Amino acid sequence: MTARVMVRDGLFTDGDVPALLGSRCPACGASHFPRHDTCPYCATDGPLPTQLSGTGTLWAWTAVTSAPPGYQGPVPYGVGVVELPEGIRVITHLTVSDPAALVLGQPMQLHVVPLHTDADGNEVVTFSFAPVAPVAAP
Amino acid sequence: MSGVVIAGVGMHPFGRFEGVSTTDMGVHAVRAALREAGVGKGGFQAAFCGTAYGGVATGHKVLSRLGLTGMPIVDVEAGCASGGAALMLAAGAIRAGQYDTVLVFGVEKMPKGIIRSSFFEPWQEEAGLAATPSFFALRAQRLTVTSGVTKEHLAQVVVKNRRHGASNTDAMYQKEISAEDVLASRVVCEPLHLFMLCSPNEGAAAVVLTREGPRTGASPAPVTLAGAVLRSHLPGAVLSESTPLSGLTDDDVPSPTTLAATAAFEEADLGPSDLDVVECQDTDAARELMSYEEIGLCEPGGSAELLDSGATALGGRLPVNPSGGLLSKGEPLGASALGQVVELVRQLRGECGSRQVEGARVALSHTVGRGANAGVVILTR
Repeated sequence: MTARVMVRDGLFTDGDVPALLGSRCPACGASHFPRHDTCPYCATDGPLPTQLSGTGTLWAWTAVTSAPPGYQGPVPYGVGVVELPEGIRVITHLTVSDPAALVLGQPMQLHVVPLHTDADGNEVVTFSFAPVAPVAAP
Repeated sequence: MSGVVIAGVGMHPFGRFEGVSTTDMGVHAVRAALREAGVGKGGFQAAFCGTAYGGVATGHKVLSRLGLTGMPIVDVEAGCASGGAALMLAAGAIRAGQYDTVLVFGVEKMPKGIIRSSFFEPWQEEAGLAATPSFFALRAQRLTVTSGVTKEHLAQVVVKNRRHGASNTDAMYQKEISAEDVLASRVVCEPLHLFMLCSPNEGAAAVVLTREGPRTGASPAPVTLAGAVLRSHLPGAVLSESTPLSGLTDDDVPSPTTLAATAAFEEADLGPSDLDVVECQDTDAARELMSYEEIGLCEPGGSAELLDSGATALGGRLPVNPSGGLLSKGEPLGASALGQVVELVRQLRGECGSRQVEGARVALSHTVGRGANAGVVILTR
């Protein structure tokens, strides 16, 4: 029996409407991803767990064209930075691996996507962002 | 910071040397630096060795081979800034009166290909979020937005540094390259092509620091270590060398380079306009342009314009990476910062032949490394 397993527990929720699991500092108000026990910005203990917005805008992006050490999925694959309304920028896998198909500031939506199948036959999944709607050619 | 001078420098070329061990390269560089300094057994009271991949007791293995042990030998890891960190510790110890003379060296033998770093968690590698060049590429892309940098600019950084490195016999690549050839090399991570990235490789460099004493007779003025600073990152910058999973939507978080450069200028009582020559981190072509802005060689957003002006090429107002930089030399992490210092000491002494920066009196070396670390060293003569 194979299963769908997260690349790491505690980073995101799976399902129809996935979410990134973050935290928010009650003292300085900064949001974090992933969750922190201590606020990295003001060193206050005990940030509160939150679910972060599943939509944001694209701030930077590229594609990795040959497999880096420890990565077993297909290449090329997209990597980028998405800005969330909570005032944070998140490093993320992208569903689009052609940099020319993306534009600065375009709306992005969180998905959970397969990375590869592990030795036990489990499907390993990760968080990823995809364009909300196809972008018309300029 | 005054009172600390460079008594001698030595270097094992940067490149690929099959059958030559990390220890062999360290012995070569240390022996050369000690000889130049006229320092032998008992002549230095401590040794700091910069290395990131050397393993346990890397420094001890080098000094054991030379019969020079007994004093404290401390290995220092700060990623690509390891040598700068070692230099800061050594200079501080001399300034504090703990030692008179300290040996500082850096050695490395890197595996080929994309650098694998234990800095990242295994899941980050599995998720494809630990590819070092992808972070370089994301920063490069941001420069296209903030500074008007184009792929042509990135290629021109490589052309410049490879032209500088063509006469450096310590460099891995001693051949010029055209912008066409840079842009024709394969894309590693858009917008970075293969030849816009330096090669991780092997090498060693060594520096002997000593307390400044009364000068004898007509001996030439020594090179002074006017500042040596290491800084780590502040949280918030998502694309800093600390590579967090997230940062703030705040573009005003100072980089570790800016923190280190500001502190080093203060320590040396100098500013960017005093500089005659710079060796800066050019792990990739965009990193050199970022360094211009972060060190203060130009205004924020002005790096492409500074490059276009020709100021940073040999013959220009402020040559950057006259050694050829890491793009020509390759990058042996623990040795790269001290490799820069060796080049700059030779520049200040006027020993660099066809790549000499005429009349250079004030020099700055800059490295950044995983962690995040930034090391800035200022030398004067």
